[in-house]
Amino acid sequence: MSYDDKTRQIFATEIEAIKEKGLFKEKRFICSPQDAEIEVEYPEGADHQKVLNFCANNYLGLSSHPDVIAAAHEGLDKRGYGMSSVRFICGTQDIHRELQDKVSEFLGMESTLLFPSCMDANAGVFEAILEAEDVIIADRLIHASLVDGIRLCSAHYDTFKHMDMKHLRKKLELHQDKRTRLIVTDGVFSMDGDLIQLDEVCALAEEYDAMVLVDDSHASGFIGKTGRGVHEHFDVMDKVDLITTTFGKGLGGASGGCVSGRRELVELCRQKARPYLFSNSLAPSIVAGSIKVIDLISKSTERRDTLEWNAKYFREQIVEAGFCVRGDDTPIVPVMLFNAKLANDMARDMYAEGIYVIGFFFPVVPAGAARIRVQLSAAHTKEHIDKAVAAFKKVGEKYGVLGLDKKGIIEKYGM
Amino acid sequence: MSEMHDEVLEYVIDEYVDEDDDLEVTFDTALISSGIVDSFSMVSLKVFLEKKYKISLPDSEATPEAFDTVNSICDLVTKHLG
Repeated sequence: MSYDDKTRQIFATEIEAIKEKGLFKEKRFICSPQDAEIEVEYPEGADHQKVLNFCANNYLGLSSHPDVIAAAHEGLDKRGYGMSSVRFICGTQDIHRELQDKVSEFLGMESTLLFPSCMDANAGVFEAILEAEDVIIADRLIHASLVDGIRLCSAHYDTFKHMDMKHLRKKLELHQDKRTRLIVTDGVFSMDGDLIQLDEVCALAEEYDAMVLVDDSHASGFIGKTGRGVHEHFDVMDKVDLITTTFGKGLGGASGGCVSGRRELVELCRQKARPYLFSNSLAPSIVAGSIKVIDLISKSTERRDTLEWNAKYFREQIVEAGFCVRGDDTPIVPVMLFNAKLANDMARDMYAEGIYVIGFFFPVVPAGAARIRVQLSAAHTKEHIDKAVAAFKKVGEKYGVLGLDKKGIIEKYGM
Repeated sequence: MSEMHDEVLEYVIDEYVDEDDDLEVTFDTALISSGIVDSFSMVSLKVFLEKKYKISLPDSEATPEAFDTVNSICDLVTKHLG
């Protein structure tokens, strides 16, 4: 089949359908290093605009940290640009081993295996360790990459209501006939910014003979008093069997992910996980930069402490300004607007005010739960946060939503 | 409506609707296309139907369309009950 006009039209029609549903993702170009203040070209072709970035996963502000950049340069100079191989053929350097060991120590786990991304770790881990006689019991709001990984494996799966421990118990009881049970959850849920009650999950896992896997991508490096993650926060460091996480967010922001946990489970991933077996090794410069990140955050909690203060301050200020927010004390603060068009319009107006935030709506979040997701960083200053809150107040006033609760906003704008 | 319709409706409400959702779910309410049930958590409904009615629903038939209302779910189950 040649790519003729008729064929082209098939795909063009699908793109049009995406646009008609209002789901088309526009191009935005960042013309500066990733940081709290960035230069953006948006829409495509427009003059660059300096904005404050409140939508990056740059939680610890390490994406452009001079020590991390220097370490990445050194990695590039000493170990080269790329490995031209998957890990198990000739793609594993001493620095890959060093990073794995450092991650194991930092997370308090027995063993760690690097993947090209956490998306890949989540895509590969289930198929590698579970069989058709096992069952996965997952929180309903887990990340899309976990959903994909679960669907790729032969084990049964079931879900429990978001954060509902009574419902999880019911599902664990229901699946006692399976060989093993694996509870799967995010540590911090990326859309709501809420923390799973991991102590309760682990207690249920013990009671019903289940293992626990946590995707801590939105927690590693800053949740918990020394930033180890949600398992540290809830004092269950030794109860979690597997953690998947990323180097693409708080831990430097470049790329790469890992599976960390019980020795046998990690070894099975090394032997069987397809994204590990069939994808290139993490580049030496990223490995070297990630090692530096772990060193920096192991020595001092200053950055996670700043982030904690920033998140708490923003949350207090935005609530005082009259907005509804969701979530726990995490750097993800969803400003709830419920109506999709309202969230989109307000995000656009915020950009005009020099604050870069994004509106999220169905199907990314449930219908009627549209919001602007604000993400704090240790790189933000108090002045940055004050400016963002002032812009929210101005835009919120324009749309008449200040002081309105869910019911009030829905009455005014609909679902 | 049959006893099965009542059982499935009760399960759907219990499994997918939170008390503060302020939603009225009937036999005709769109579950998946409306976002009440997402395609991932739909599996719980399949697990329930297979255990409750002792049937096996092939993935090719347990589609979002077939699971979209209590009525269509009951049609599918009835077909497999023979």
